[in-house]
Amino acid sequence: MTAVMGTPMLRKEDPKLLTGENKFVDDIQVAGQLWMGMVRSPHAHAKVGTIDTSAAAAADGVHAVYTGAELAEMGLWAAPLPCAWPVTEDMVNPPHFPAAAEEVHHVGEIVAVVLADSRYGAVDAAELVEVDYEVLPAVASIAAARDGDNNAHSDLDSNKAYSWALEPNPEGVDAAFANAAHTVKGEFVQQRLIPAAMEPRGVLAIPSPAGGEVTLYSATQVPHILKVMIAATTGIPENKLRIIAPAVGGGFGAKLNVNPDELLAVTLANKLGRAVRWTETRSEAAFSTHQGRGQLQTIEVASDENGKISGVRVHLDADMGAYMMLITPGVPLLGSFLYTGVYDVPAFGFTCDGYFTNLTPTDAYRGAGRPEASYAIERAMDMLANEVGVGPDEIRRRNYLAGGGPFENLETASTLVFDSGNYAPNLDAALALAKYDELRAEQQSRRDAGSSKQLGIGLCTYVEICGLAPSRALAGLNYGAGGWEHATVRFLPTGKVEVVSGSTPHGQGHETAWSMIVADKLGIDPNDVEVLHSDTAISPLGLDTYGSRSLAVGGVAIAMACDKVVDKSREIAAHQLEANPDDLEFTGGQFQVKGSPDKALPIQAIAYGAFTAHDLPDGMEPNMNEQMTFDPPNFAFPFGTHIAVVEIDEDTGNTELIDYIAVDDCGNQVNPLIVEGQLHGGIVQGVAQALWEGAEYDVDGNCKNPSLMDYLVPSAMEVPNIQTGYTTTPSTSNQLGVKGAGEAGTIGSAAAVINAICDALSPYGVTDMEMPATPQRVWKTINNAKAGA
Amino acid sequence: MIPASFDYVEADSADAAIAALAEHGDEAKLLAGGHSLIPLMKFRLAAPSVLVDIGRLSDLSYINDGGDHIAIGALTRHSAIETSDLLTTNAPILAHVAGQVGDPSVRHRGTLGGSLAHGDPASDLPAALLALGGTLVAKGPNGEREIAITDFFTGFLETALAADELLTEIRVPKVPGAGWSYQKFNRRAQDWAIVGAAAVANGSTNVALVNMGPAPMRATAVEQALAGGASSADAAAVAAEGASPPEDLNGDAEYRTHLAQVLVGRALDEALG
Repeated sequence: MTAVMGTPMLRKEDPKLLTGENKFVDDIQVAGQLWMGMVRSPHAHAKVGTIDTSAAAAADGVHAVYTGAELAEMGLWAAPLPCAWPVTEDMVNPPHFPAAAEEVHHVGEIVAVVLADSRYGAVDAAELVEVDYEVLPAVASIAAARDGDNNAHSDLDSNKAYSWALEPNPEGVDAAFANAAHTVKGEFVQQRLIPAAMEPRGVLAIPSPAGGEVTLYSATQVPHILKVMIAATTGIPENKLRIIAPAVGGGFGAKLNVNPDELLAVTLANKLGRAVRWTETRSEAAFSTHQGRGQLQTIEVASDENGKISGVRVHLDADMGAYMMLITPGVPLLGSFLYTGVYDVPAFGFTCDGYFTNLTPTDAYRGAGRPEASYAIERAMDMLANEVGVGPDEIRRRNYLAGGGPFENLETASTLVFDSGNYAPNLDAALALAKYDELRAEQQSRRDAGSSKQLGIGLCTYVEICGLAPSRALAGLNYGAGGWEHATVRFLPTGKVEVVSGSTPHGQGHETAWSMIVADKLGIDPNDVEVLHSDTAISPLGLDTYGSRSLAVGGVAIAMACDKVVDKSREIAAHQLEANPDDLEFTGGQFQVKGSPDKALPIQAIAYGAFTAHDLPDGMEPNMNEQMTFDPPNFAFPFGTHIAVVEIDEDTGNTELIDYIAVDDCGNQVNPLIVEGQLHGGIVQGVAQALWEGAEYDVDGNCKNPSLMDYLVPSAMEVPNIQTGYTTTPSTSNQLGVKGAGEAGTIGSAAAVINAICDALSPYGVTDMEMPATPQRVWKTINNAKAGA
Repeated sequence: MIPASFDYVEADSADAAIAALAEHGDEAKLLAGGHSLIPLMKFRLAAPSVLVDIGRLSDLSYINDGGDHIAIGALTRHSAIETSDLLTTNAPILAHVAGQVGDPSVRHRGTLGGSLAHGDPASDLPAALLALGGTLVAKGPNGEREIAITDFFTGFLETALAADELLTEIRVPKVPGAGWSYQKFNRRAQDWAIVGAAAVANGSTNVALVNMGPAPMRATAVEQALAGGASSADAAAVAAEGASPPEDLNGDAEYRTHLAQVLVGRALDEALG
């Protein structure tokens, strides 16, 4: 049998998705269910006064109305919503309950919940709840939080949540800047992003008829983590909870939290003995689901006269939003290690201050800290290139780790050990695919002709941290869990294989990828493999899906469990063939004595033998059911070169992305089709930050663009065909040599696009462009540059 | 995203719809394709207590040759206008602009009459009709009347239609050889125009603007300048005269004014070129 790993096998998931057979949370209906209607604060910061629920309670079909204070008095909360990543000992973490009782801290925070027998009835009744608010001044930006004229939380005396530093070599950094021939300084805004997964979040909690047990269906990335956290937060014993993530339509990090609605549904279902549900509306999502990014970045780079970097110094002011959600404070830390990019940086220092604002909390969003880091260093590299007077490709070449050549297990200035890399050939491949020299010639001819449509070419050579995470590394960051992943591989009597995956898909294609790994390992047809996942009763052990970890940790666990199956099968085959195990070879799904292909046993027959247990070696356990928990020894570090080509209409300020070239290296690929899909989606998501998306707030903390009419998620019409290419540098962190590709596109693309825009506008003297580069912003920037020239 | 409660009446004829409007007065709204009204209701920016559904009145969906004009039923979908040979030949700007509205699913639901009666200044089709010229036929309890397109848009989401009137037909002139252009500027293909400009040159030149004031409008200063012999560039320079551009996340008044000048210039170059 030929290998299936590395082939573009069509995804097993897609027929069900394309024919609407999959059930998402909102598709699952239960008799007697009650809908929650959330009464949300219209103010970003206010004291909650009296709440009159009488009209709502009297409305048709309303079962109950509870205020935040009443919910607290009912004893539903054993603890506030969890933050699993207290990044410092003295981090400020204001208590956060599913419904506010005394003070609200962002628009949309829940102050009361209506339970009604229909969705529309619940929303209508919620409008009848009258709440007296005493409006307080809002802190609606990082700058306002830093200024400190007002406090986001009345009972705190500062908006500062924490200060964190990664300064392995402060003297070295100071020396680098003191002795630098060139220095550049970039100040960048990472605007807030609304994740906008295709499926909004939703919950359905079903109590057992006998009481005491609750099953929660949630559109979540993290059923396992949710189970632990709901138990800790509600006091319901963990072994009385079952969490099911049914078909989930995208997450991008926004579905890895523990949310007020999830806790309300579970506790109220448990209390009332009736199913309780809620589905987020699209406009509600801007308040009820965390947002991404939200940072002000300052990066300084020092170099010698040739542009060889001697030091990098970074400071972040990070917007936590109103509360610490599950990993809110840790997102900037995830990025901290990547501000040195793919470069040989002798001295590096990073500091970060986290601030509270009266805005929706921030937390992980595709890349989580790493796209921000990549953006800053890649923008700074272009600035350095201009300063030194060399091209953006050349400045990168001069600074690549290991001189741009192949390396393994290389320690960087940010204290990480990169598993493997080979950067210069990757850059060369991208430049060739882009026909870079022709693009530069075209750019020059347009400039010479005085064209009103300027061409811009932007490079980004990124690296990311995937395969979260070695548990010991997480301990060093004070993260409240490990980073292992669990897998079970079992042969059924008929020769079919069941895989139980601890990592949970929400669109990635785990069923296909895991089937391919098992098929190659066991020499069977991938269609004979069934992958079970996303239900804590079926898959009790797991740490779920985020941080491009599924393949590099969970997929590797599958492979290692398969190895155990093969090892056990070898013992049985040796016993039955009356041969020494070392004399057996396993090929094409069969064990045979070396040199005697006539004496062969298919692995399915061996598995059946393990089931009947009629003829096993003495003392061997029956059945073929092998488990593996894999804790990776290191992260994986995929990398790549992205090139964006933009055309800017200087009359309107419009930026058109006319070509995009991405040459990525995610190590060995299990399924190139899935890699390609991940890259396309990730690239467009990063391009979206550069050109279209950004949550806009007024000074009172109101989101001005919560709907998809105003928050511009791009469609296929706005992006060109993406040209992809690959280099392959296997990871040393795992036996499959895989790295991860889920976030790569996002990490490379925003910087590539903005570098392209700055490149296009450089003749006007434009050196920076804030994201998103709206036509108005580009037009005004051109005008200002012309006026200043 | 959850509309307030409302009653639903399905009209089986134009007269039944008019009778329902007369019965319920200001509380009632006509529902055609629903692509303007339903979003407003979902945001609870509109909360009519009665919806009179005229979406199934197929006898108001047609594109006919009326001799010196083309007669279009008010319930004709954008997609039918976009693909009509009669319109592509005789009033090509209308067919083209219908293809610029929203996305394919919007164009298969939205209706010409609905778009005009809603009167959104950011919509494409009102500007195309203003540039093309034409007459609207409205039917009420006292029978039919004709309204010139230039008299139709009276304010923000307000038209010359009375509360108990139903727009039944749109009559556009045949201008098979006329020069025309539609310049739509937006950030995503499916969006409303940040600013748009429509021009039809058939002897004299009509120019209309999208999203430059509370209502769809003609750029009369441009038209007068052209009539007075100004060049396209000079005429385009006065594109925003008399306009009161809105300000939002996509553009302030200064930017919209500039865009109007650029887009009118491009429209004139194409229509007159």
